[in-house]
Amino acid sequence: MDKLIKIRFYKDRLFKGGIILLTVLSTVPLLLILFYIIKQGISSINWDFFINLPKPVGEKGGGIVNALIGSGIIVSCASLMAIPFGALVGLYLSEYKRDKLAYWVGLSVDVLQGIPSIVLGIIIYLWVVKPTGHFSSLSGSIALAIMMLPPIVKSTEETLKLIPGTIKEASLALGVPYYKTILRVILPMGLSGILSGSLLSISRVAGETAPLLFTAFGNPFINTNILKPMSSLPLLIFNYAGSAYEDWHKLAWGASFVLIMMILFLNIVTKILERRWKIQF
Amino acid sequence: MRLDKKNSTLNNKTDKKLQRVLLFEKIFQKGLGLTGIILIIILISIFLTLTITSLPSIKHLGIKFIYGKAWNPVTDEYGALPFLIGTLLTSLLALIISTPFAFSTAIFLGEYYPKGLISNIFKNIIELLATIPSVVYGFWGMVVLVPIIRNLELKLHVLPYGVGILTSSIILAIMIIPYSVSLSRQVISMVPPSLKEGAYSLGATRFEVIRKIIIPHTRSGLFASVLLALGRALGETMAVTMLIGNSHYIPKNIFSPGNTMASVIANEFTEATGTIYLSVLIEMGLLLFVVTTLINISGRQIIKHYILH
Repeated sequence: MDKLIKIRFYKDRLFKGGIILLTVLSTVPLLLILFYIIKQGISSINWDFFINLPKPVGEKGGGIVNALIGSGIIVSCASLMAIPFGALVGLYLSEYKRDKLAYWVGLSVDVLQGIPSIVLGIIIYLWVVKPTGHFSSLSGSIALAIMMLPPIVKSTEETLKLIPGTIKEASLALGVPYYKTILRVILPMGLSGILSGSLLSISRVAGETAPLLFTAFGNPFINTNILKPMSSLPLLIFNYAGSAYEDWHKLAWGASFVLIMMILFLNIVTKILERRWKIQF
Repeated sequence: MRLDKKNSTLNNKTDKKLQRVLLFEKIFQKGLGLTGIILIIILISIFLTLTITSLPSIKHLGIKFIYGKAWNPVTDEYGALPFLIGTLLTSLLALIISTPFAFSTAIFLGEYYPKGLISNIFKNIIELLATIPSVVYGFWGMVVLVPIIRNLELKLHVLPYGVGILTSSIILAIMIIPYSVSLSRQVISMVPPSLKEGAYSLGATRFEVIRKIIIPHTRSGLFASVLLALGRALGETMAVTMLIGNSHYIPKNIFSPGNTMASVIANEFTEATGTIYLSVLIEMGLLLFVVTTLINISGRQIIKHYILH
């Protein structure tokens, strides 16, 4: 009898040990990747890296300024389109929870979130690039904007749902029209949710390559015209990582380092915002 | 009489104001509903666009698209079987590799350490895995993982490509861990304490509680988390494109190079010149869209069902 209990305890401990071991092991890849990128990337970072164009094969140095500018423009345009629209859809979903239409909208958001990014690339190619006849950064922004919508909608909806109904009722009881109640009372209170959802979605699309392959396409030169092809950090990494030249690999590592640091920074800011501005009643 | 007149103008004024407010109200409500409708329209037109533009291919190839093995743009012969197999093989292999790790982490975070510093550290690290761009995973895999796999292949006496199904599955497995962890952790932490306490009071050890109470109770939720991770893996493009080796033949074993549907689209879409060639690639996109959508919807339905009961 005693022996049986001992075996059970032994099994229990063994299981816990296994769980801890596997959990620790699953964090190893992240640490390895971060370590490797920092090690490789930091050596190629200097001032020239941020202000120069990539140099042709064989020449040392060169920078990624075209990709930095491109990423900035493409992602800002995408945010301009996605954030207001996404916030409104989130508002709609939180206000009309019991609507039949709201159910279908919610389902569409879920489906939209699951669409592979490469499929969105195809879609925008067919919708924008083919009719206009050339690749453009605007088309890339549209593809990214569609990708940004679901997280913005969800985080807006969830934050607004947390606001107690009594606040809305108080405003309505004072005779404030419904639309003013929503715009002046409810939306400002949910601003933290909209903001953190937006930042999170920006950090997610900043690293997207697949939807840009057939839309923004890439460009070895600086371009600020949104109707022309444009480079972006992930596109540059993809193009240079596949090459066989050591110098270009170095550029790609530097770009990866910059990209990851930007994404980490955005994530940390989001975390802080969420903690600071958490709705408390 | 003067007073009457004054009163009526006042009434008129407030009436007008009220009407304006009511008008705004109506516009506002309709406008909000409209944003939702636009979203639905976007989704439907995505589906319709994919379907219509893949019609030439559907007409030209018919069902042969699914079982054809040859891929020759010059003679307009397209069979997607190698890519279907490649997609299934990489995704399933990735699931097999990642699930033990994902479930252990979920049990660790949901049951053993639901709160506190340790839990926070591990939660954040796992979440960070989801933020690293796919192209960076691919690059890292090319430089670090490919040589390791090549050495392994040399030892096993198979052709040392380095790139291939196994290499991309390993990277995919790392990439999908956060998706299955976040859901399964929530499901595990939602098990009613009374159930667990009942088992403890009967003298069960923690291992027995996990095996006999938590896992049976959360089975459908855990299944949904695997399903959603599968949805992710099927559509993942960049890392796989960089690591799979881009071969147009059916992979012979897990070491041989192959191609997935997503990687074929990424590689050949801009070079596709013929109408049918382009349309075949779009049909593959349509297939990806339909499959991932079905997987996502069923996963979410399972979760909803689980939460309600």
